[in-house]
Formats: sequence, structure tokens, C-alpha cells
Amino acid sequence: MHELSIAYSLVEMASRAAEDAGVTRVAAVHLRLGALAGVVKESLLFSYDVATEGTILAGSRLEIEEVPVALYCAACAAVSTLDTIQSFRCPRCGRPSSDVRQGRELELISLEVLDEQPAYS
Amino acid sequence: MNSPRILEIRRGVLEKNDLLAQSLRARFDAAGVMVVNLVSGPGAGKTTFLQATLRFLREAGAHPAALVGDLATDNDAQRLARSGAPVRQIVTGGNCHLEAEMIASHLTAWGIDLNALDYLFIENVGNLVCPASYDLGEHLRVVLLSVTEGEDKPLKYPVLFNSADVAVFTKIDLAAAVEFDRPAAAAAVEAVHPGMTILDTSAKTGEGMDHWIRMLTHFRQTLSQRTLT
Repeated sequence: MHELSIAYSLVEMASRAAEDAGVTRVAAVHLRLGALAGVVKESLLFSYDVATEGTILAGSRLEIEEVPVALYCAACAAVSTLDTIQSFRCPRCGRPSSDVRQGRELELISLEVLDEQPAYS
Repeated sequence: MNSPRILEIRRGVLEKNDLLAQSLRARFDAAGVMVVNLVSGPGAGKTTFLQATLRFLREAGAHPAALVGDLATDNDAQRLARSGAPVRQIVTGGNCHLEAEMIASHLTAWGIDLNALDYLFIENVGNLVCPASYDLGEHLRVVLLSVTEGEDKPLKYPVLFNSADVAVFTKIDLAAAVEFDRPAAAAAVEAVHPGMTILDTSAKTGEGMDHWIRMLTHFRQTLSQRTLT
């Protein structure tokens, strides 16, 4: 299981971005996760809580957007998404294709940050 | 309390590994060494296959070396060193995969002259899941599947099989004894990676190894015309 190591990389990258932007509180971290990224969503969510402990991200939510594989089919001249990764065939015509156009993403998209402001000002 | 605002980032989580892998690949290109990442589940015969590969390449006058990942022991490196090729062990201390950083630091500590090599093999940790996500700077990723493992393994681990360039069926000397259904195994590979080259080998009898060595040699020639100096 390498999700813990991925969670640490994610937390390191997100914390640095938050600190660079002068952010003090992060409500959520948004991630895009491709079906071919080789990362199990549930394991990553579990690892996230462990990896954020004691960091600026502690207590924040990890929001994962799952990205399906998209294949280009030369015969159809079209890109289609797959609902499985066990059969790399064009869903329109059934021809095999290895031309993957989407689905390897493991991308930190954004942070949902809370700006602290003085209560009385 | 104020409403949350969005801080956009859009960066790959494994960006650090990927950048390092790219710079390793540039180093390998400049040194004229072709790098092969061998991945498989535990017990697929990576070490025996690599041992035979090193031997055949050396007999053909080539200069191969190997970096060997293992969770805890250096048994594999000892076995491989018998081939006469330079071998270095990477003990991952429980880590389930190799990362580009480990390759970079072991190359430095090893002090090997890449310019003196034609091939560098990286034997990954026996694992069909985790190594898929990590680029090590290799030119070729080869996934091994032994005939004793079950023909549907590619369907169970599609990410790794899809990420590899070549599939090698190992231990084919045992195929009849274990009633290996080759068409089913080939169909499973084809399902998760259409068009992937499949080789049948036995490191024990040497069957199919000539084909593999020819493929490596050819691939290296193609590569050197393109990038290697």
C-alpha cells in the first residue's frame, strides 16, 4: 500500500501552497484521481487523516473527483470514456485501443481556504 | 465567519518523482545506457529471469548492470552477482515500491560509471500495485507473469499491466504441468493493454530468451538512433 506515501506528498504540496499564500486555515483539498493512477480512493482518504495530523491541513476534508479512462478510437475518430479498466475497447464500435487520453491524473486541483479576520474591526 | 475561497493549484502530486525521473532519463540517454524496469508480483521469477538476461547479454559482449529492490534482504543481489555483472541492492525497508529518488541516491552511492554500461536493469519490489505509479526514468517497463500464477492476473491488476510496455510469460517450461491456458492469459493482457508485445520465456531452459535478447538489442538500437549518444 503506497497511498500513505502519496498522502504525505499531497499534504507536503498542499501545506506549502497554503503557507506561500499566507493561508491559516484550510477547509478542503480537491484532488483529481484517474482510474489508471494506481491509487485506491478509500486508502487515500484513510491515509489523508494520518498524514495531515499536526499540519495546517489537520481537520480538513479531502474531496476526490474520480476521473474515468478516456480512449481515442481512430476508427470512430472520437474520444469515449470507459466504465471499466478491464477492457480497453471503444464503447462505440468495440475495437481495441491503447490511446489513453485521460485517466492517469493524480492532481492537486485546489484548496478551499478560510481567511481569518479579526472578530471586531 | 467568512465564506471559503478557492486557491487554485493544479499540480501533479507525484511531480517531484516525475521531474527527477525525467532528469534520470536524460542522464541515461547521455550515457548511452538503456534502462529497463522489471515489475511483477512476488515469485514470478524476476530474479531468475534477470540472472539469465545478464548472462546472455554478457555472452553477447554487452555490458549490463542491475539495481535490485527488495523489502528486507540482499539474497537477490547475491544471486545476480554470480552473473559477473555489477549489481547493487536497494533494501527498501518495507517500502512496497521503488521511487526515482532511491534510484538517484543509489547510483551516487554505487559510484558506477554509466558511460561504461549498455543496459541497466532495475528489479522492482515484487508487487503488482504500487510500482505502477512511479516513473524511475526507465526506457522500457516490463511486466512478468509466471505460468503458475493464473491467467486472469492482468484483469486483476490492470493498472500495472496497462502501464508496462512489454509482458513476459515466465517459467513456460512448467506450462504443461500447471495446465497454463496461454490463449486466456494473452487475451487478458490484450484486454487491458491492446497491442502489447508478449514474450514466452523459460530462464531455466533458455527457451525464448534469444527472442527477448534480440528485442532488447533492437530496442536499444532504435533508442540510440533517437536519443542515446
